[in-house]
Amino acid sequence: MTLNRQHMRGALGQGASILVTLFGLLILTFVIGRIMPTDPVRAIVGEDATQEVYMNVYQELGLDKPMWQQFFLYLRDLATGDFGTSIRTGKPVIQDILHALPATIELATFAIIIGACLGVPLGVMAAVKKDRWQDHVIRVFSLMGHSMPIFWTGMIGLLVFYASLGWVGGSGRMSQFYIGMVPDRTGFLLIDSAVAGQWDVFRSALRHIILPAALLGYSSSAYITRMTRSFMLDQINQEYVTTARVKGLSQRQTIWRHAFANIRVQLVTIVALAYGALLEGAVLIETVFAWPGFGQYLTSSLRIGDMNAVMTCVLIVGLIFITLNIISDILYRVFDPRTR
Amino acid sequence: MTMLDDTSGQTSAPRQTPQALIAARNIAVFLAKAPPSAFGLIVLAVLILSALFAPLLATHDPYVQDLQNTLQAPSAAHFFGTDELGRDIYSRLLYGSRITLTIIGLVSIVVGPIGLFVGTVAGYFGGKVDIVLMRLTDIFLSFPSLILSLAFVAALGPSLNNAIVAISLTAWPPIARLARAETLTFRQADYIAAARLQGASATRIIWRSIVPMCMPSVLIRLTLNMATVILTAAGLGFLGLGAQPPLPEWGAMIATGRRYMIDSWWLVTFPGLAILSVSLAFNLLGDGLRDALDPKQMNRR
Repeated sequence: MTLNRQHMRGALGQGASILVTLFGLLILTFVIGRIMPTDPVRAIVGEDATQEVYMNVYQELGLDKPMWQQFFLYLRDLATGDFGTSIRTGKPVIQDILHALPATIELATFAIIIGACLGVPLGVMAAVKKDRWQDHVIRVFSLMGHSMPIFWTGMIGLLVFYASLGWVGGSGRMSQFYIGMVPDRTGFLLIDSAVAGQWDVFRSALRHIILPAALLGYSSSAYITRMTRSFMLDQINQEYVTTARVKGLSQRQTIWRHAFANIRVQLVTIVALAYGALLEGAVLIETVFAWPGFGQYLTSSLRIGDMNAVMTCVLIVGLIFITLNIISDILYRVFDPRTR
Repeated sequence: MTMLDDTSGQTSAPRQTPQALIAARNIAVFLAKAPPSAFGLIVLAVLILSALFAPLLATHDPYVQDLQNTLQAPSAAHFFGTDELGRDIYSRLLYGSRITLTIIGLVSIVVGPIGLFVGTVAGYFGGKVDIVLMRLTDIFLSFPSLILSLAFVAALGPSLNNAIVAISLTAWPPIARLARAETLTFRQADYIAAARLQGASATRIIWRSIVPMCMPSVLIRLTLNMATVILTAAGLGFLGLGAQPPLPEWGAMIATGRRYMIDSWWLVTFPGLAILSVSLAFNLLGDGLRDALDPKQMNRR
């Protein structure tokens, strides 16, 4: 694949706009951090500190400087990889988050696989059967997934599949019994336990991840279904599809070999964007399932007003979103023959 | 075949009043053809009625505790059972619909004008103004709305009002994007040029000629967004960052009911169903409206 000059110019323009967005993101997190009602100095020195100690820390943190200087101090800290220390855990925030992220990524990845496997075939079917009863049923089914308050569905799921039927594991990533049995290599429990050959732990982890992942996947499948349907409709109405039919190809071949082949690129970008949106559901479902991931870290930091932790979490979510957007853009450019 | 004519008139003709009528008729025709959207409309009607007539429909006072009758299962006396303080869940849900409607109403009132303003100004003036405003929009768009609202509420302090402010802060960018795109399509139109030659100020052109043209699509977008707004508000309530107890906000009701969930399923089930049906109704309705006003879809076989 050769990149020509036009590509380069497009990439440069995009690079500049990404930088501006990034800068805005930093301003936003800084502002959020500054208007938070918690007193960062009190959090460090404690309630009993003397006025003198308080003022020392106050100056050390640069809070006596004008706002714009504080902002540049913040940027300088970030540039040196210093995201501050968490009040709650007493550890560097970035270390906490890196520790929590694998659990969330594992959950979200599992969920997006379920969502894509559900959403794509349903979307194709809805397009083929447009305005027939199948289309209406699929529309209601997928919008239902989009309309569920996921924290509630999680509870109902626990009530039915865990408490009543006992089909799945309860909250957490694995049974209490197995905690600490598998060495932490990658942070992805399914991989770690498989590598260690601890199949009991693997099975327990699978039983625990399946319910939250299925619910998250179902909720993200709504978007995938809707977009697949609309992409397919664009294709089905084109003449080459009619030609294929006239040639005598079967319905299945026309749809999957011809029409579907042309929307694969668009689908990849959609799935990438849906993956980002999953993070939002993950925040809520992690609190319901006591899933020790990023979402739970964010919400517990929010509850006690742990400023550094909240700022960094917001920053990281923004970064993940921007990255996913870039990736889906690049995929689009690289794989879509029309942009070549 | 009148429908096809109407939609083509909608994209080009600048006349204003007939257009609203045409749009309304399109919507009516489409609702009749799409049962799911009609269902959405019915649920929303029920929501509005129950909010209006909550005092008449309620069987109990939503705030009065009855410690003799805590955690009662659904029965003739308490349709949806009672909560951990003996309050009637059915009555609380009815009054909760008022909170839901307040959130929807306030967010729309704030978000619609802000989005329209940013979008039309960016689209009309173009150039640097456009770049600055759209960068700002992109920054807000680069977050999932719940997480940004969470951060804002954490900064402002948890309460229903702050939740509404936070949701509004995160809900305007899609509206602005849309209004800008609409503005760009008729910025070069002859009637705008005519108005400009007559000496109309930019403010006047935007207000009198551009904003009315953006209205239909902005309203649809607002409807579609309402589902997200409701879910975000409920999520904030659930995390304890939105409406505070004893307000009968549905998300907060689920949060308190969670502790008693295993033995008293009705505490979380009914508020959840309420959230689900209202947000589903908005999604179905918005989905139908979008098809109704999208000429490309209408002409399809």
